[in-house]
Amino acid sequence: MPKQEQLHTVLVIGSGPIVIGQAAEFDYAGTQACLALKEEGIKVILVNNNPATVMTDEACADVVYFEPLTVNSIKQIIDKEKPDGLLATLGGQTGLNLALALHDQGILDEYDVELLGTPIDSIKKGEDREAFRTLMNELNEPVPESDIVNTVEGAITFAEKVGYPIIVRPAYTLGGAGGGIASDEPELLRIIKGGLALSPINQCLIEKSIAGFKEIEYEVMRDDNDTCITICNMENIDPVGIHTGDSIVVAPSQTLTDIEYQMLRSVSIKIIRALGIVGGCNIQFALDPYSKTYYLIEVNPRVSRSSALASKATGYPIARMAAKLSIGYQLHELINPVTGHTYASFEPALDYVVVKFPRWPFDKLVHAERQLGTQMKATGEVMAIERNLEAGIQKAVRSLEIKVEGLTLPSLKKMTESELWDLVIKADDRRFFAIMELLRKGISINDVHEATQINLFFLNAFHNLVVLENQIKNNTLNSVTKNELSLYKTNGFQDHWIGMVWGVSESAIRQKRKLFGIVPRYKMVDTCAGEFTASTSYYYSSWSGEEDVELTKDKKKIIILGSGPIRIGQGIEFDYCSVHGALSLNRLGYEAIIINNNPETVSTDYATADRLYFEPLTVEDVLNIIDLEQPEGVVVGLGGQTAISLVEGLEKAGVHIYGTTIKTIDQLEDRGKFYEFMNEVNVPHIPGVTAENSQEAIQKAIDIGFPVLIRPSYVIGGQGMMIATSKEELEDILAVNHHDLAYPILIDAYYPGIELEVDVLTDGEDIYIAGLFEQVEKAGVHSGDSIAVTPTYSISDSTKELILQYTKQMANGMNLRGIFNVQFVHYKGALYVIEINPRASRTVPILSKINGEPLIEYTIDLLLGKKLKEITKKTGFAPTPPFYTVKAPVFSYQKLSGVDPILEAEMKSTGELISISSDLNEAFKKTFEALEGGSSLVGSKGSIFIEVDESYLQEFEKYKQVLLDEGFTIIEDEFDQWIHSNEAALLISLPKAGYKTGMDKRIEALKQRVGVITELTTLDVMLKGNESTSSHLLSIEEWRARTSELVQ
Amino acid sequence: MKGYIVLETGEIFEGELLGDQKQVHGEIVFFTGMTGYQEVMTDPSFKGQMVVFTYPLIGNYGVNHLDHESKHSQAAAIIVHQLSNQGYHYDANNTLSDCCKENGTPLLTGVDTRAIVKRIREKGDMRAILTTDLKDVDFTIIPNLADQDVVAEVSIPKKIELGSGDHHIVLLDFGYKKSIVDQLLELKCKVTIMPYDSSFEEIEEMKPDGVLLSNGPGNPKKLTDLLPSIKKIAIRFPTLGICLGHQLLALAFGADTEKLRFGHRGANQPVIDCVTNKVYMTSQNHSYVVKPQSLEYTGFTPKFININDQSIEGLLHKELPIITLQFHPEAHPGPSDSAHYFTDFIEMVEKKGREKTYA
Repeated sequence: MPKQEQLHTVLVIGSGPIVIGQAAEFDYAGTQACLALKEEGIKVILVNNNPATVMTDEACADVVYFEPLTVNSIKQIIDKEKPDGLLATLGGQTGLNLALALHDQGILDEYDVELLGTPIDSIKKGEDREAFRTLMNELNEPVPESDIVNTVEGAITFAEKVGYPIIVRPAYTLGGAGGGIASDEPELLRIIKGGLALSPINQCLIEKSIAGFKEIEYEVMRDDNDTCITICNMENIDPVGIHTGDSIVVAPSQTLTDIEYQMLRSVSIKIIRALGIVGGCNIQFALDPYSKTYYLIEVNPRVSRSSALASKATGYPIARMAAKLSIGYQLHELINPVTGHTYASFEPALDYVVVKFPRWPFDKLVHAERQLGTQMKATGEVMAIERNLEAGIQKAVRSLEIKVEGLTLPSLKKMTESELWDLVIKADDRRFFAIMELLRKGISINDVHEATQINLFFLNAFHNLVVLENQIKNNTLNSVTKNELSLYKTNGFQDHWIGMVWGVSESAIRQKRKLFGIVPRYKMVDTCAGEFTASTSYYYSSWSGEEDVELTKDKKKIIILGSGPIRIGQGIEFDYCSVHGALSLNRLGYEAIIINNNPETVSTDYATADRLYFEPLTVEDVLNIIDLEQPEGVVVGLGGQTAISLVEGLEKAGVHIYGTTIKTIDQLEDRGKFYEFMNEVNVPHIPGVTAENSQEAIQKAIDIGFPVLIRPSYVIGGQGMMIATSKEELEDILAVNHHDLAYPILIDAYYPGIELEVDVLTDGEDIYIAGLFEQVEKAGVHSGDSIAVTPTYSISDSTKELILQYTKQMANGMNLRGIFNVQFVHYKGALYVIEINPRASRTVPILSKINGEPLIEYTIDLLLGKKLKEITKKTGFAPTPPFYTVKAPVFSYQKLSGVDPILEAEMKSTGELISISSDLNEAFKKTFEALEGGSSLVGSKGSIFIEVDESYLQEFEKYKQVLLDEGFTIIEDEFDQWIHSNEAALLISLPKAGYKTGMDKRIEALKQRVGVITELTTLDVMLKGNESTSSHLLSIEEWRARTSELVQ
Repeated sequence: MKGYIVLETGEIFEGELLGDQKQVHGEIVFFTGMTGYQEVMTDPSFKGQMVVFTYPLIGNYGVNHLDHESKHSQAAAIIVHQLSNQGYHYDANNTLSDCCKENGTPLLTGVDTRAIVKRIREKGDMRAILTTDLKDVDFTIIPNLADQDVVAEVSIPKKIELGSGDHHIVLLDFGYKKSIVDQLLELKCKVTIMPYDSSFEEIEEMKPDGVLLSNGPGNPKKLTDLLPSIKKIAIRFPTLGICLGHQLLALAFGADTEKLRFGHRGANQPVIDCVTNKVYMTSQNHSYVVKPQSLEYTGFTPKFININDQSIEGLLHKELPIITLQFHPEAHPGPSDSAHYFTDFIEMVEKKGREKTYA
């Protein structure tokens, strides 16, 4: 059947800000879907308030709304835009839940909007646990003994009947939030209470635990001709019990016989048929490792994180095809875009193994509970492709960008056997490394298997790596033979690590292996295991066999380094920048080559760059590609800190880096050199010193004057920053963190003023400030966790002038072209620079969108040598738009326990959203409406608990009065009683600067889903939002038109 | 020890040779399914062929006593990228390498299998020699598989009777897979497996309700002597042909077959049923296809078409109860999406039975 001709306008719902369980994969899916619809001549209306996404570009959608993802705002958009159809199965759980609500409230009927793709009934059958169980019973497909409960008593009764352990899965929560495995009654009580509270419908599925079974997933597609195909199956190395998002996963399955593979495949198809899905679907099974017994665990009637992974693992673009199916196409009518000449109705065949490894946030959130279970905790993931499992694991581990030495986590080296067993059995994020450590100590794979149920096939691969580690340790650079070195490389050992073991440099190993002729060969991901020729340029490296890459010589090539896995402090914004970098290079006639390892992203869509190398981002991996491709140079300014950190190694190897040098980066990142530079260009900076030991630290802090900010060198996301308000406190901090503090440490004066941030384009002479953000929270709160507003609302013109002047002085004084970001603080009437980042920042996508200026395209032009005046025709500040854009951080607190939600120098947010209005207060109102987790007071009533340090008391008085006037009750004691009351609306917790007083209360409030405010200024803008009565519903295109009118 | 695959083109690929270390030759083909190496190596259709597995990790779950498609390994050699020495599976009673050793099947591991696949893709399925001594390679004395009588090597010498049931099906054995019999038994058929060269009279004597012409190795045109008898059988009894059986039925009614440059071998071949417009993922293993333009005057119409290359994947006779399938509805390895064509065949058998009663 051809496409449905009555569809002219389609509304697409995005997934909103990045939170744990809902990350960049939905930007990838949404971008593919929007482009697939546009290709068909359909007008795409998009609503998504996540500004860092590619999908919210004008190239993807015709009309974009950065409005809160609420039923109310979507209803208004439907009313205004009158779409014919709604596509909601590509916007994650957020999109699906909104579609359900729009349907249930009769809005779709009222406006005659057709839900495209999977029908509502199917969504409900997949989502509602009871409906799902009923369907499975009808189909005679086994689900674990389970019950739906709405009460604690119900859960206990069930557990008494079927016995422990019991798994608790709350309904309609993200990433399985609030679930867990209870091995006894007290544990069940604790989990079920939390689970019922977290579930928006106060419902939990409790089931007999089948932990230890193999966890197998299938990605299935179906069209309305009833053609069903499985794109990929995947096997979790971690058996059932750990959320698949937190499991190490391989594709395809490795330990299933054909009988088992086909048995589960057939069931998957039976289920997608019964559900009547049109599009993609994810089906999860538990398979008994000792029989053919299996259970259905879960069905996701939409594209998901796993479908993004399956798309990248196979090359098959699931979301794109799902969008085509939703408008009436059938699989056998669509061409497989990878081969270009076979059809989409087939099942990809892999001739490599794929390893997915989760990236957890515990390096930043050091107090969070690290134990893994049914609740997903990873913020992102990496994928590795190789011809064997061992090398795949190695690639995945080094793609994570965590502090490892090869396959060793240094912090585990000194652990005793029993400490390691604890990590393995309790299963926290370090489990893989703990297993490796045990194997190094001679523990047998059978013992590890007994304790973890991890299949011996996988443990054997781990063991092979340990055996090889030992072989390498017993070898030397002089004695190693060609065959030996080749064996090490085929199993994924890096030059860097081998060099470290042998006490020689990485380049010595590199030279030796090149002498032996040992170089990687790049193979194509072609969906068909080589059966057909393919037209895409999607490659991975392997250390055996022959090259698939056919080098092109007609165009000059430039490499763009991507940003790796999504983590706190380095999110999807850098993917946006990488994608735009590639598109710009392509427009300029270059061949753009992207290197990245994040399977969730648009940058790793084989259609984004001219060539995609799905590889780890280390010096060796990048140099190997450079050796083959011989590019003009490498762009590092778009891939966040990941790319910047490779500059030194690449530069040493003689690679041309665009726009910057290691000297410049060092000048900006090394505090001492930075101060020297600031003095040279005559720009004031926050006083800071470097201390080599604790004594020196204390003396120098006294010299600067308290309060001071303490941090280690080379900062990402504010890791390890602390504020000390007195000598005693500093002594205390230094003593407590004795083991973790690597001297030298940096000590800065702490100036709690107004923080300002600019993104700047420069050709070394002129500058163009693309935008100026004013942060709501005072300096000291990490800029990534602050609410920020552009244009500024409280800054004088003279300060702006000063910003321009200082920025120009800095730009002229350093050896940098392209884009950079500066953070200032305005404190007691003076302006200081906090830091300079020689790269694109998280505010770049926002400015690009609200100003309609392709900042990354400009950056690429600058990097390639154009003058700023040739590009922008203007210098200085960008025109001020006649509307405000508020950027707000979004936290994933509901997914992690043990995290104090206080705003501080350490970044904790996982994503961000924006809201726009010509009325600043309305923009604030929309911001709080959009924030999940009940931080909004809009329209709510109840009581507010306050705990305010005396330093804020006087200032707080006026807010207290406002709250009272608005009808809230203020409570100041009996917290325990208050927090469990139905009245509890908000906790205002304002400890003394640098202190964490009240942490227990804040954590308890999070558990009870009560909003927490820890900064007076946050409260201020929240209340301002509350006062707003205006209501604007404009698309970004309409807002921009207002700027144009103004400029003209 | 080191072993080499020498292609007809002269190109050499190196690997580690396990198992029987004699020199062997055969037609080199590749299989793209990611599971099912045990089913593949024991499938008699692979007689005379060296199988290159495109999936790089082979042997992971060992070999068990349940999943054999015939009593022993049939392939001339197995060529893999990386062999798993252990078979980690509760069903496994052997490792793949030991199984190959016991069956005398050479196993070459550590081979750049993707490169061989690319050669086959470009040049087609071709002759190859597996050797430990490159000096000992001589293609002039090596026959083409197309000229060999391989069916005779795999077909049973005398008939076997299995099961009991309402329908008696004669399975004419050109190298049948056990799964075909399993499917028939599951449908409550009495099955008599008969040698491939059984005469029409011998078959008629069995009073079958239907006849199934099995899959098998090699070139269908090597069996032209049998075509008249096959035609008589198909006119007389409701008939299902699978793979080689399909090709023989086409030839028997006057159609022609030709060799594909490289065969369809895998678990992901898309086929459309032109009658119902339904699309199936099918398991396939064949080098030869029926030429579409040769179907005129045969009474056959194409019922199934391969979506990727539009080749014929099955036929329906306009008047007679004959259905033929180029793909493998019995699966093993591969998807069983099309297993219901066995049921269709049995329904055809039943219908014919009713006609007989009423007549």
